[in-house]
Amino acid sequence: MIRVTIKKNIKTYKGNTLLQVDATFPAGSVTKVYGPSGAGKTTFLKVIAGLTQPEEGIIECSGRIWLDTAKHICLTAQQRMTGFVFQDYALFPNMTVYEHLQYASSDKQLIERLLKMGQMDSFKQHKPKQLSGGQQQRLAILRALATKPKLLLMDEAFSALDDELRETLIVALKTLLKEFGTTTIIVSHHASETAGFADRELIITL
Amino acid sequence: MEWTPIWLSLKLAGITTLILLALGIPVAYWLSRKSTLLKVIIEALITMPLVLPPSVLGFYLLLAFSPNSTVGKWLLHYFNLSLVFSFQGLVIASVIYSLPFMISPIKSALSHLPASLAQASYTMGKSRWTTFYAVLLPNIKSSLYTATVLTFAHTLGEFGVVLMIGGKLEGITKVASIAIYDAVENNQYDEANQYSLVLFAITFCIVVTVFILNRNANRGPLE
Repeated sequence: MIRVTIKKNIKTYKGNTLLQVDATFPAGSVTKVYGPSGAGKTTFLKVIAGLTQPEEGIIECSGRIWLDTAKHICLTAQQRMTGFVFQDYALFPNMTVYEHLQYASSDKQLIERLLKMGQMDSFKQHKPKQLSGGQQQRLAILRALATKPKLLLMDEAFSALDDELRETLIVALKTLLKEFGTTTIIVSHHASETAGFADRELIITL
Repeated sequence: MEWTPIWLSLKLAGITTLILLALGIPVAYWLSRKSTLLKVIIEALITMPLVLPPSVLGFYLLLAFSPNSTVGKWLLHYFNLSLVFSFQGLVIASVIYSLPFMISPIKSALSHLPASLAQASYTMGKSRWTTFYAVLLPNIKSSLYTATVLTFAHTLGEFGVVLMIGGKLEGITKVASIAIYDAVENNQYDEANQYSLVLFAITFCIVVTVFILNRNANRGPLE
Protein backbone atom coordinates (compact mmCIF):
# COMPACT_ATOMS: atom_id res chain seq x y z
CA MET A 1 0.00 0.00 0.00
CA ILE A 2 1.15 3.51 -0.74
CA ARG A 3 0.05 6.43 1.38
CA VAL A 4 0.61 9.95 0.12
CA THR A 5 -0.15 13.17 2.00
CA ILE A 6 1.54 16.18 0.45
CA LYS A 7 1.35 19.93 0.09
CA LYS A 8 3.41 21.68 -2.55
CA ASN A 9 3.34 25.16 -4.02
CA ILE A 10 3.52 25.04 -7.78
CA LYS A 11 4.01 27.78 -10.32
CA THR A 12 1.71 27.69 -13.33
CA TYR A 13 1.00 30.09 -16.17
CA LYS A 14 -2.04 31.22 -14.13
CA GLY A 15 0.11 32.03 -11.08
CA ASN A 16 0.95 30.11 -7.95
CA THR A 17 -1.28 27.27 -6.84
CA LEU A 18 -1.25 24.72 -4.05
CA LEU A 19 -1.05 21.03 -4.86
CA GLN A 20 -2.65 19.20 -1.98
CA VAL A 21 -3.19 15.45 -2.09
CA ASP A 22 -4.16 12.98 0.60
CA ALA A 23 -4.62 9.55 -0.91
CA THR A 24 -4.01 5.86 -0.37
CA PHE A 25 -3.23 3.44 -3.17
CA PRO A 26 -3.85 -0.25 -2.36
CA ALA A 27 -1.09 -2.66 -3.38
CA GLY A 28 -1.48 -3.88 -6.94
CA SER A 29 -4.12 -1.28 -7.82
CA VAL A 30 -4.13 0.89 -10.93
CA THR A 31 -5.25 4.43 -10.22
CA LYS A 32 -6.05 6.99 -12.86
CA VAL A 33 -5.26 10.59 -11.85
CA TYR A 34 -7.01 13.34 -13.67
CA GLY A 35 -7.72 17.01 -13.29
CA PRO A 36 -7.48 20.33 -15.16
CA SER A 37 -4.28 21.48 -16.86
CA GLY A 38 -1.89 23.08 -14.40
CA ALA A 39 -3.41 21.29 -11.40
CA GLY A 40 -0.08 19.58 -10.72
CA LYS A 41 -0.65 16.02 -11.93
CA THR A 42 2.89 15.61 -13.31
CA THR A 43 4.34 17.33 -10.23
CA PHE A 44 2.39 14.86 -8.08
CA LEU A 45 4.08 11.93 -9.84
CA LYS A 46 7.51 13.59 -9.56
CA VAL A 47 7.01 14.18 -5.82
CA ILE A 48 6.26 10.48 -5.33
CA ALA A 49 9.29 9.47 -7.44
CA GLY A 50 11.59 11.77 -5.42
CA LEU A 51 12.38 14.04 -8.35
CA THR A 52 11.00 17.11 -6.60
CA GLN A 53 10.22 17.87 -2.98
CA PRO A 54 7.00 19.14 -1.41
CA GLU A 55 6.94 21.76 1.34
CA GLU A 56 5.10 19.34 3.61
CA GLY A 57 4.25 15.72 3.40
CA ILE A 58 4.53 12.03 4.15
CA ILE A 59 4.95 9.28 1.61
CA GLU A 60 4.92 5.69 2.78
CA CYS A 61 5.40 2.72 0.48
CA SER A 62 4.84 -0.84 1.73
CA GLY A 63 5.55 0.22 5.31
CA ARG A 64 8.74 2.10 4.42
CA ILE A 65 8.87 5.87 4.85
CA TRP A 66 10.06 7.52 1.64
CA LEU A 67 9.36 11.05 2.77
CA ASP A 68 8.54 12.71 6.03
CA THR A 69 9.25 16.43 5.93
CA ALA A 70 8.63 16.80 9.68
CA LYS A 71 11.33 14.22 10.44
CA HIS A 72 13.60 15.41 7.60
CA ILE A 73 13.43 12.03 5.90
CA CYS A 74 13.66 12.12 2.13
CA LEU A 75 14.79 9.11 0.13
CA THR A 76 16.43 9.88 -3.21
CA ALA A 77 14.89 8.88 -6.54
CA GLN A 78 17.57 6.17 -6.74
CA GLN A 79 16.49 4.71 -3.39
CA ARG A 80 12.77 4.80 -4.29
CA MET A 81 13.34 3.20 -7.71
CA THR A 82 9.88 3.82 -9.09
CA GLY A 83 9.19 2.95 -12.69
CA PHE A 84 8.50 6.26 -14.40
CA VAL A 85 7.04 6.78 -17.86
CA PHE A 86 7.67 10.42 -18.72
CA GLN A 87 5.29 12.48 -20.82
CA ASP A 88 8.17 13.32 -23.21
CA TYR A 89 9.32 9.65 -23.00
CA ALA A 90 12.84 10.74 -21.82
CA LEU A 91 14.50 8.22 -24.13
CA PHE A 92 18.28 8.32 -24.40
CA PRO A 93 19.24 9.36 -27.96
CA ASN A 94 22.58 7.52 -27.72
CA MET A 95 21.07 4.11 -26.90
CA THR A 96 19.30 1.51 -29.01
CA VAL A 97 16.02 -0.06 -27.93
CA TYR A 98 17.90 -3.05 -26.50
CA GLU A 99 20.47 -0.86 -24.75
CA HIS A 100 17.66 1.09 -23.06
CA LEU A 101 16.36 -2.08 -21.47
CA GLN A 102 19.86 -3.35 -20.74
CA TYR A 103 20.60 -0.08 -18.93
CA ALA A 104 17.60 -0.69 -16.66
CA SER A 105 18.01 -4.44 -16.16
CA SER A 106 20.57 -7.20 -16.57
CA ASP A 107 17.87 -9.88 -16.79
CA LYS A 108 18.08 -10.98 -20.45
CA GLN A 109 14.97 -13.14 -20.26
CA LEU A 110 12.93 -10.26 -18.92
CA ILE A 111 14.29 -7.97 -21.64
CA GLU A 112 13.26 -10.43 -24.37
CA ARG A 113 9.85 -10.83 -22.77
CA LEU A 114 9.33 -7.07 -22.60
CA LEU A 115 10.41 -6.60 -26.20
CA LYS A 116 7.89 -9.22 -27.30
CA MET A 117 5.16 -7.73 -25.15
CA GLY A 118 5.68 -4.27 -26.63
CA GLN A 119 6.01 -5.72 -30.16
CA MET A 120 9.44 -4.15 -30.33
CA ASP A 121 11.59 -7.23 -31.05
CA SER A 122 12.24 -6.21 -34.64
CA PHE A 123 13.43 -2.74 -33.57
CA LYS A 124 16.07 -3.90 -31.05
CA GLN A 125 18.92 -2.12 -32.79
CA HIS A 126 16.99 1.05 -33.58
CA LYS A 127 17.74 4.32 -31.83
CA PRO A 128 14.84 6.54 -30.63
CA LYS A 129 15.01 8.90 -33.61
CA GLN A 130 14.44 5.91 -35.92
CA LEU A 131 11.19 5.00 -34.11
CA SER A 132 7.67 6.36 -34.55
CA GLY A 133 5.94 8.23 -31.71
CA GLY A 134 4.00 5.13 -30.71
CA GLN A 135 7.11 2.95 -30.70
CA GLN A 136 8.97 5.50 -28.59
CA GLN A 137 6.13 5.53 -26.09
CA ARG A 138 6.10 1.75 -25.91
CA LEU A 139 9.85 1.73 -25.31
CA ALA A 140 9.40 4.24 -22.46
CA ILE A 141 6.82 1.92 -20.87
CA LEU A 142 9.01 -1.18 -21.32
CA ARG A 143 12.04 0.58 -19.87
CA ALA A 144 10.05 1.62 -16.79
CA LEU A 145 8.97 -1.99 -16.31
CA ALA A 146 12.45 -3.44 -16.75
CA THR A 147 13.38 -2.65 -13.13
CA LYS A 148 10.33 -4.62 -11.88
CA PRO A 149 9.20 -1.58 -9.90
CA LYS A 150 6.95 -1.83 -6.88
CA LEU A 151 5.40 1.45 -7.98
CA LEU A 152 4.85 2.46 -11.60
CA LEU A 153 4.15 6.10 -12.38
CA MET A 154 2.85 6.84 -15.87
CA ASP A 155 2.41 10.32 -17.28
CA GLU A 156 0.10 10.28 -20.31
CA ALA A 157 1.67 6.94 -21.18
CA PHE A 158 -0.84 5.79 -23.83
CA SER A 159 -1.40 9.09 -25.66
CA ALA A 160 0.52 8.13 -28.82
CA LEU A 161 -0.86 4.60 -29.19
CA ASP A 162 -3.70 3.63 -31.52
CA ASP A 163 -6.75 1.91 -30.00
CA GLU A 164 -5.87 -1.60 -31.13
CA LEU A 165 -2.28 -1.47 -29.93
CA ARG A 166 -3.26 0.16 -26.64
CA GLU A 167 -5.83 -2.54 -25.90
CA THR A 168 -3.34 -5.33 -26.66
CA LEU A 169 -0.65 -3.63 -24.58
CA ILE A 170 -3.02 -3.07 -21.64
CA VAL A 171 -3.88 -6.79 -21.47
CA ALA A 172 -0.18 -7.79 -21.44
CA LEU A 173 0.69 -4.95 -19.06
CA LYS A 174 -1.95 -5.98 -16.52
CA THR A 175 -0.59 -9.55 -16.46
CA LEU A 176 2.94 -8.30 -15.91
CA LEU A 177 1.96 -5.78 -13.23
CA LYS A 178 0.08 -8.50 -11.37
CA GLU A 179 3.11 -10.80 -11.56
CA PHE A 180 5.46 -8.06 -10.29
CA GLY A 181 2.96 -6.95 -7.63
CA THR A 182 3.25 -3.42 -8.97
CA THR A 183 1.00 -0.59 -7.88
CA THR A 184 0.32 1.85 -10.73
CA ILE A 185 -0.61 5.51 -10.84
CA ILE A 186 -1.40 6.86 -14.30
CA VAL A 187 -2.04 10.48 -15.23
CA SER A 188 -4.39 10.87 -18.16
CA HIS A 189 -6.50 13.57 -19.79
CA HIS A 190 -8.81 11.22 -21.66
CA ALA A 191 -11.21 8.75 -20.04
CA SER A 192 -11.01 6.38 -23.02
CA GLU A 193 -7.20 6.20 -22.82
CA THR A 194 -7.18 4.21 -19.59
CA ALA A 195 -10.37 2.24 -20.16
CA GLY A 196 -9.85 -1.35 -19.10
CA PHE A 197 -6.60 -0.44 -17.32
CA ALA A 198 -7.38 1.71 -14.27
CA ASP A 199 -9.64 0.39 -11.52
CA ARG A 200 -9.62 3.51 -9.33
CA GLU A 201 -9.69 7.27 -9.81
CA LEU A 202 -8.12 10.25 -8.11
CA ILE A 203 -9.11 13.79 -8.99
CA ILE A 204 -6.65 16.65 -8.49
CA THR A 205 -8.28 20.08 -8.54
CA LEU A 206 -6.86 23.59 -8.67
CA MET B 1 62.23 26.85 -41.54
CA GLU B 2 62.77 25.46 -38.04
CA TRP B 3 60.16 22.87 -37.02
CA THR B 4 60.70 23.32 -33.26
CA PRO B 5 58.22 26.24 -32.92
CA ILE B 6 55.53 24.19 -34.71
CA TRP B 7 56.23 21.20 -32.48
CA LEU B 8 56.16 23.42 -29.38
CA SER B 9 52.82 24.91 -30.45
CA LEU B 10 51.32 21.46 -31.01
CA LYS B 11 52.70 20.25 -27.66
CA LEU B 12 51.33 23.30 -25.84
CA ALA B 13 47.93 22.98 -27.52
CA GLY B 14 47.76 19.23 -26.85
CA ILE B 15 48.67 19.47 -23.16
CA THR B 16 46.35 22.45 -22.62
CA THR B 17 43.45 20.65 -24.30
CA LEU B 18 43.96 17.49 -22.22
CA ILE B 19 44.12 19.47 -18.96
CA LEU B 20 41.05 21.47 -19.92
CA LEU B 21 39.10 18.33 -20.87
CA ALA B 22 39.77 16.86 -17.43
CA LEU B 23 39.01 20.16 -15.69
CA GLY B 24 36.34 21.62 -17.97
CA ILE B 25 33.86 18.73 -18.09
CA PRO B 26 33.21 18.57 -14.31
CA VAL B 27 33.17 22.37 -14.02
CA ALA B 28 30.73 22.66 -16.95
CA TYR B 29 28.50 19.99 -15.35
CA TRP B 30 28.55 21.82 -12.03
CA LEU B 31 27.73 25.14 -13.72
CA SER B 32 24.90 23.59 -15.76
CA ARG B 33 23.08 22.52 -12.62
CA LYS B 34 20.86 24.86 -10.58
CA SER B 35 22.07 28.46 -10.97
CA THR B 36 23.28 30.37 -7.91
CA LEU B 37 24.91 33.78 -7.53
CA LEU B 38 28.26 32.13 -6.83
CA LYS B 39 28.02 30.15 -10.08
CA VAL B 40 27.13 33.31 -12.02
CA ILE B 41 30.25 35.03 -10.64
CA ILE B 42 32.48 32.02 -11.39
CA GLU B 43 31.06 31.74 -14.92
CA ALA B 44 31.71 35.44 -15.47
CA LEU B 45 35.33 34.98 -14.34
CA ILE B 46 35.74 31.99 -16.66
CA THR B 47 34.37 34.06 -19.55
CA MET B 48 36.71 37.03 -18.90
CA PRO B 49 39.52 35.78 -21.20
CA LEU B 50 37.05 36.03 -24.11
CA VAL B 51 36.65 39.78 -23.67
CA LEU B 52 39.89 40.85 -21.98
CA PRO B 53 42.85 41.88 -24.16
CA PRO B 54 45.37 38.99 -23.96
CA SER B 55 48.02 41.48 -22.82
CA VAL B 56 45.96 42.31 -19.70
CA LEU B 57 45.71 38.65 -18.73
CA GLY B 58 49.36 38.11 -19.65
CA PHE B 59 50.42 41.09 -17.53
CA TYR B 60 48.61 39.86 -14.42
CA LEU B 61 49.90 36.31 -14.89
CA LEU B 62 53.40 37.71 -15.31
CA LEU B 63 53.03 39.54 -11.99
CA ALA B 64 51.59 36.45 -10.32
CA PHE B 65 54.30 34.12 -11.63
CA SER B 66 57.15 36.52 -10.92
CA PRO B 67 59.69 35.21 -8.33
CA ASN B 68 58.99 38.41 -6.34
CA SER B 69 55.27 37.64 -5.92
CA THR B 70 53.84 35.49 -3.10
CA VAL B 71 52.82 32.71 -5.53
CA GLY B 72 56.16 32.89 -7.37
CA LYS B 73 58.15 32.78 -4.12
CA TRP B 74 56.09 29.84 -2.86
CA LEU B 75 56.55 27.87 -6.09
CA LEU B 76 60.28 28.58 -6.14
CA HIS B 77 60.75 27.73 -2.47
CA TYR B 78 58.73 24.50 -2.31
CA PHE B 79 58.97 23.15 -5.87
CA ASN B 80 62.03 24.96 -7.22
CA LEU B 81 59.74 26.08 -10.04
CA SER B 82 59.85 29.38 -11.90
CA LEU B 83 56.90 29.81 -14.20
CA VAL B 84 58.01 32.97 -15.97
CA PHE B 85 59.74 32.26 -19.29
CA SER B 86 59.13 28.52 -18.94
CA PHE B 87 57.01 26.00 -20.83
CA GLN B 88 55.12 25.10 -17.62
CA GLY B 89 54.19 28.76 -17.25
CA LEU B 90 52.90 28.77 -20.82
CA VAL B 91 50.74 25.72 -20.10
CA ILE B 92 49.17 27.30 -17.01
CA ALA B 93 48.57 30.59 -18.84
CA SER B 94 47.05 28.73 -21.80
CA VAL B 95 44.75 26.74 -19.54
CA ILE B 96 43.45 29.95 -17.98
CA TYR B 97 43.24 31.76 -21.31
CA SER B 98 41.37 28.92 -23.07
CA LEU B 99 38.98 28.06 -20.19
CA PRO B 100 35.87 29.59 -21.84
CA PHE B 101 36.50 27.79 -25.12
CA MET B 102 36.24 24.42 -23.38
CA ILE B 103 33.67 25.16 -20.68
CA SER B 104 31.07 27.31 -22.46
CA PRO B 105 30.09 24.86 -25.27
CA ILE B 106 29.93 21.91 -22.84
CA LYS B 107 27.95 23.84 -20.25
CA SER B 108 25.54 25.10 -22.90
CA ALA B 109 25.01 21.59 -24.32
CA LEU B 110 24.39 20.10 -20.85
CA SER B 111 21.92 22.90 -20.01
CA HIS B 112 19.94 22.16 -23.18
CA LEU B 113 19.48 18.45 -22.47
CA PRO B 114 15.96 17.75 -21.16
CA ALA B 115 15.97 17.32 -17.36
CA SER B 116 13.88 14.18 -17.84
CA LEU B 117 16.89 12.29 -19.30
CA ALA B 118 18.79 12.39 -16.02
CA GLN B 119 15.58 11.94 -14.02
CA ALA B 120 14.71 8.76 -15.95
CA SER B 121 18.13 7.38 -15.15
CA TYR B 122 17.81 8.26 -11.45
CA THR B 123 14.46 6.45 -11.18
CA MET B 124 16.25 3.34 -12.47
CA GLY B 125 18.54 3.56 -9.45
CA LYS B 126 21.53 4.94 -11.35
CA SER B 127 23.91 7.27 -9.53
CA ARG B 128 24.73 10.80 -10.68
CA TRP B 129 28.11 9.59 -11.95
CA THR B 130 26.65 6.69 -13.97
CA THR B 131 23.97 8.98 -15.36
CA PHE B 132 26.56 11.56 -16.34
CA TYR B 133 28.89 9.01 -17.92
CA ALA B 134 26.31 6.79 -19.65
CA VAL B 135 23.52 9.22 -20.53
CA LEU B 136 24.52 12.88 -20.45
CA LEU B 137 28.06 12.79 -21.83
CA PRO B 138 27.31 10.63 -24.92
CA ASN B 139 24.46 12.97 -25.82
CA ILE B 140 26.65 16.06 -25.94
CA LYS B 141 29.32 14.37 -28.07
CA SER B 142 29.24 16.97 -30.84
CA SER B 143 29.67 19.81 -28.34
CA LEU B 144 32.59 17.94 -26.77
CA TYR B 145 34.29 17.69 -30.18
CA THR B 146 33.63 21.36 -30.83
CA ALA B 147 34.95 22.43 -27.43
CA THR B 148 38.07 20.28 -27.84
CA VAL B 149 38.84 21.67 -31.27
CA LEU B 150 38.13 25.27 -30.29
CA THR B 151 40.48 24.92 -27.32
CA PHE B 152 43.22 23.28 -29.37
CA ALA B 153 42.96 25.76 -32.24
CA HIS B 154 42.75 28.73 -29.91
CA THR B 155 45.86 27.63 -28.00
CA LEU B 156 47.67 27.00 -31.26
CA GLY B 157 47.04 30.60 -32.32
CA GLU B 158 47.77 32.19 -28.93
CA PHE B 159 50.08 35.17 -29.11
CA GLY B 160 49.66 37.95 -26.55
CA VAL B 161 49.61 35.86 -23.38
CA VAL B 162 52.41 33.62 -24.66
CA LEU B 163 54.62 36.59 -25.46
CA MET B 164 54.05 38.19 -22.03
CA ILE B 165 54.65 35.00 -20.02
CA GLY B 166 57.14 33.11 -22.16
CA GLY B 167 58.95 35.63 -24.31
CA LYS B 168 60.71 33.94 -27.21
CA LEU B 169 63.23 31.49 -25.82
CA GLU B 170 64.38 29.16 -28.61
CA GLY B 171 63.12 25.60 -28.07
CA ILE B 172 61.39 26.49 -24.79
CA THR B 173 58.77 29.17 -25.30
CA LYS B 174 59.15 30.25 -28.91
CA VAL B 175 55.94 28.77 -30.33
CA ALA B 176 54.84 29.13 -33.98
CA SER B 177 52.84 32.35 -33.51
CA ILE B 178 55.87 34.00 -31.87
CA ALA B 179 58.15 32.62 -34.62
CA ILE B 180 55.91 34.31 -37.23
CA TYR B 181 56.08 37.63 -35.39
CA ASP B 182 59.85 37.26 -34.98
CA ALA B 183 60.34 36.47 -38.67
CA VAL B 184 58.28 39.49 -39.74
CA GLU B 185 60.23 41.74 -37.37
CA ASN B 186 63.44 40.53 -39.02
CA ASN B 187 62.00 41.01 -42.53
CA GLN B 188 62.05 37.23 -43.16
CA TYR B 189 58.70 37.13 -44.90
CA ASP B 190 59.30 33.74 -46.55
CA GLU B 191 59.83 32.09 -43.19
CA ALA B 192 56.79 33.85 -41.71
CA ASN B 193 54.76 32.64 -44.67
CA GLN B 194 55.91 29.03 -44.20
CA TYR B 195 54.99 29.02 -40.49
CA SER B 196 51.65 30.66 -41.27
CA LEU B 197 50.83 28.12 -43.98
CA VAL B 198 51.64 25.18 -41.70
CA LEU B 199 49.47 26.64 -38.89
CA PHE B 200 46.66 27.33 -41.36
CA ALA B 201 46.80 23.78 -42.76
CA ILE B 202 46.82 22.12 -39.32
CA THR B 203 43.93 24.20 -38.01
CA PHE B 204 41.91 23.77 -41.21
CA CYS B 205 42.33 19.97 -41.13
CA ILE B 206 41.20 19.78 -37.48
CA VAL B 207 38.16 22.00 -38.03
CA VAL B 208 37.11 20.03 -41.15
CA THR B 209 37.46 16.75 -39.23
CA VAL B 210 35.13 18.01 -36.50
CA PHE B 211 32.61 19.29 -39.05
CA ILE B 212 32.63 15.82 -40.66
CA LEU B 213 32.19 14.10 -37.29
CA ASN B 214 29.35 16.46 -36.36
CA ARG B 215 27.58 16.54 -39.70
CA ASN B 216 24.89 14.04 -38.66
CA ALA B 217 24.20 15.69 -35.31
CA ASN B 218 23.88 19.12 -36.90
CA ARG B 219 21.49 18.13 -39.68
CA GLY B 220 18.86 20.84 -40.07
CA PRO B 221 15.09 20.29 -40.17
CA LEU B 222 14.90 20.94 -43.93
CA GLU B 223 17.39 18.21 -44.86
